[in-house]
Amino acid sequence: MSQTLLELRNLSCERDERVLFCDLNLEVQAGDIVQIEGPNGSGKTTLLRTLTTTSGDYSGELFWKGQPLAKARLDYLNQLLYVGHLPGVKKALSPRENLAWYAGMNNGHQRLSVEKALEEVGLFGYEDTPCYHLSAGQMRRVALARLFLTPACLWVLDEPFTAIDVQGVDNLQRLMQEHASGGGAVVLTTHQPLSIDGVRHVNLLDNREVASD
Amino acid sequence: MTELSPQNLDEQKEKVTRGEVTPVPEVGLGFVATFRRDSVVAFRHRGEMANPLMFFLMVITMVPLGISPEPSLLALLAPGMIWVVALLATLLSLDGLFRGDYEDGSLEQMLITPQPLYFQVLAKICVHWMVSGLPLTLMAPLLGVMLNLPAEGFLPLWVSLLLGTVSLSLIGAIGAALTVALRKGGLLLSLIIMPLYVPILIFGTSAVSSAIEGFPIAGQLAVLGAFLAMALILAPLAVVGALRISING
Repeated sequence: MSQTLLELRNLSCERDERVLFCDLNLEVQAGDIVQIEGPNGSGKTTLLRTLTTTSGDYSGELFWKGQPLAKARLDYLNQLLYVGHLPGVKKALSPRENLAWYAGMNNGHQRLSVEKALEEVGLFGYEDTPCYHLSAGQMRRVALARLFLTPACLWVLDEPFTAIDVQGVDNLQRLMQEHASGGGAVVLTTHQPLSIDGVRHVNLLDNREVASD
Repeated sequence: MTELSPQNLDEQKEKVTRGEVTPVPEVGLGFVATFRRDSVVAFRHRGEMANPLMFFLMVITMVPLGISPEPSLLALLAPGMIWVVALLATLLSLDGLFRGDYEDGSLEQMLITPQPLYFQVLAKICVHWMVSGLPLTLMAPLLGVMLNLPAEGFLPLWVSLLLGTVSLSLIGAIGAALTVALRKGGLLLSLIIMPLYVPILIFGTSAVSSAIEGFPIAGQLAVLGAFLAMALILAPLAVVGALRISING
């Protein structure tokens, strides 16, 4: 089954009189892992922010499961998980408290318990340490622990591998693969080559999908 | 329509977890989560939170030294002085209302949760009032004593501040939301918010001074209450709009 989850039709974005991307067409289907590529400043983050509906600065249309995004907004937001450039983690709070907030935002629907998720990302024993005592990589891991908690089916990840060690990157890739094979979809930006089969590449510089090797 | 027995509810939750149905956001849960998170953050940063309170205390302490220790003159100044300084102290604390969330990315996350942003914002403003307006109100009678406020003025001062500071937090949040994405929004924030604070200041001080002069004050308090009711309903809407614009930029 390959249901089209998210569809971008003729998406264009211009910023400061510079065209970032224009007439971008993309269908994200269940089971897809889409890697957005392009040099720094080519509009990767802007595209992801457009997908999360926080940036309305575009022309073109977005569809969620065949419906215009504006109409299916609640369903879309329920099914969306966005881990942005900024981790969204409060330094004054412990990892457990940070994730408890996200659980509350998600109506308490979780796949795993907070403790279990933190164990999965290698933060066992750090549950109650304030986040300002954690390293940059560990902070990132707190944000990524949300991947284990969320029931969302579309993951939008902006540079998820920043500050993560080799082992962590492997685990993360495995998790994405599991998610995709379970009928989810992942849209991510990264400069690192992924070691997953069947990743679709979209290059923002020439606005076309690169045939995957 | 099936009945909502606990069993059905569990089934419903299962379906939601599997992504088969769209859950309706449980507003209470989201409100409590944000309220709890912000209270804990405020408590952990209590040094910073005490700043406006210290400002309030220091300015009022300086007044007798700087102007005149004459009790009759101080009594004349007291209502206005306490109100003006409470207002400035609130203004001082507003800049950080959304700044922290903006800088660590949780504001962006707040915008894209399935929860209505209105109640998230309301929860944040509630916490802001609890750490700024409420302590100011509680401390005001003490400062009234320092400024030789006549005895009839204490209760009106307390009630008017209680009603007024909530409105100050609510209205101030609009300015904080508008300027959150600007690097130096402090001055702009004051310019946007000050004119909106003027009516509250006028009715607040007039309630206290009328009470001292022996006039009824129900009218002023009613107007303050009306401001509060209006702000409670409309200000979060404006804040939501302003936040969306700020994040969009």
